[in-house]
Amino acid sequence: MGFFATGLGTAVLLIAQSLLIVAFVMISLLFLVYGDRKIWAAVQMRRGPNVVGPFGLLQTVADALKYVVKEIVVPAGVDRPVFFLAPLLSFVLAILAWAVLPFSPGWILADINVAVLFVFAASSLEVYGVIMGGWASNSKYAFLGSLRSAAQMISYEVSLGLIIIGVILSTGSLSFGAIVEAQNTGYGLLGWYWLPHLPMVVLFFISALAETNRPPFDLPEAESELVAGFMVEYSSTPYLLFMAGEYIAIFLMCALITLLFFGGWLSPIPGIPDGVLWMVAKMWVWFFMFAMVKAIVPRYRYDQLMRIGWKVFLPMSLAWVVLVAFLAKFEILGHFWARYAMGG
Amino acid sequence: MTVADLAFYAFSTVTVAAALMVTLSRNPVHSVLWLILTFLSAAGLFVLLGAEFVAMLLIIVYVGAVAVLFLFVVMMLDVDFAELKSEMAKYMPIGLLVAVILLIQLAFGLGAWVSADGAMGLHQAPTPDANQIDNTRALGLLLYDKYLYLFQLAGLILLVAMIGAIVLTLRHRRDIKRQNVLHQMWRDPAKALEMVDVKPGQGL
Repeated sequence: MGFFATGLGTAVLLIAQSLLIVAFVMISLLFLVYGDRKIWAAVQMRRGPNVVGPFGLLQTVADALKYVVKEIVVPAGVDRPVFFLAPLLSFVLAILAWAVLPFSPGWILADINVAVLFVFAASSLEVYGVIMGGWASNSKYAFLGSLRSAAQMISYEVSLGLIIIGVILSTGSLSFGAIVEAQNTGYGLLGWYWLPHLPMVVLFFISALAETNRPPFDLPEAESELVAGFMVEYSSTPYLLFMAGEYIAIFLMCALITLLFFGGWLSPIPGIPDGVLWMVAKMWVWFFMFAMVKAIVPRYRYDQLMRIGWKVFLPMSLAWVVLVAFLAKFEILGHFWARYAMGG
Repeated sequence: MTVADLAFYAFSTVTVAAALMVTLSRNPVHSVLWLILTFLSAAGLFVLLGAEFVAMLLIIVYVGAVAVLFLFVVMMLDVDFAELKSEMAKYMPIGLLVAVILLIQLAFGLGAWVSADGAMGLHQAPTPDANQIDNTRALGLLLYDKYLYLFQLAGLILLVAMIGAIVLTLRHRRDIKRQNVLHQMWRDPAKALEMVDVKPGQGL
């Protein structure tokens, strides 16, 4: 182990760990897109992808390959540097947040003490990929799509942030490890934060849908009115990067819900060992929820989306922060809300 | 040179270069994008100082919200900068004069700068040792415990400013059609749609 204590060794180790996380995210991505399409198809009583590979499992690989080998079409009048920066940015930022997510105790690339804020910052930067793409395309549809998206993502970030503050108040820490450990009360499933923070789980899920531009809030790319929104001028690999960034952001939201409200790597039943498999399994269950919502909920109107964000979610999450602050401070129901008092 | 030194030089070079590009770039949208890069590298400098909470706030608030709104507005402007530039030469002498006066004032101000006795001690005092307490907690203790009333006062001032802005811009337009959400939500589905059981192969 002597080598890994030196400066060069640390660098090698860090790069290897980063590559491991990127590999995990990319391989998940392949099956997420496949799973999304399969679930969607099953709801609509279709077969979905079933040609490439066994059960169509390799469909996404084929699609990705196809995107990569196609020609990159650059429309006339685009702002070239910004046009190509936008998809890169949305992909890189989506991956960036994974650096601070723990998968199991100690299984974390960068254990910083403001991890929650880091994830929040990275996801608040994702809006730039969309705005820059829409503006640089020099197209009205793309521009309108990006304006919609910017307004939408900013609106829902506010309520996401307030909901996270509730959890932070309960835990007394900004680190994901501490948040998960605070949910380890010995009651398994019943000790997790979803119970004390029940109304906020629903709000967080819906806000996450809006933040990641998923149906029923996929208004930035509303096919019916804006063709494909900010992505309309993109082709080939840049388009692939946008799509990949979007799915990675969705998977990140699944990981966040799991860590914040559903106990991360803790096992739901006391006695069964905790571990990384629980974490991944919970993330997949939440992804299933995302896919089901896409399949069964009709699209919102834009003014309804803005109204629900600012006039319903924001006041509710703000009121919840105040309420939780009181419940935790005066230790109502013992340590139900005040997990920081347990020494966790 | 340690890694931290290298990072410091990288971040500060990027900060200065990007700040320069904000003023130099011809396209206002590019200017805002450079400004965002400036914010990001400034956040990097904060991290190097050990102020990770402030760094994250800088990114979340300034880059994630304020600069987005900036970009939003600037993107919609259709300003012809060549035309603006042609008129600039006319006002250049006055602009230079103002700049020189400001510079002299700054020099005077900085030259006469004295710190009160014990000011260094005061500014050291509120910050606890970084090894004992992380700076998020230190900031929280300062803002919400020690200076609670001042913090509340600042919040009140912001609230007044917000109400003022709303009052100044609020106007009720009567000539446009509005969505009445409650009305829409309470609509009776039975009056609006008819359920038809379509047999296969028959159609309606």
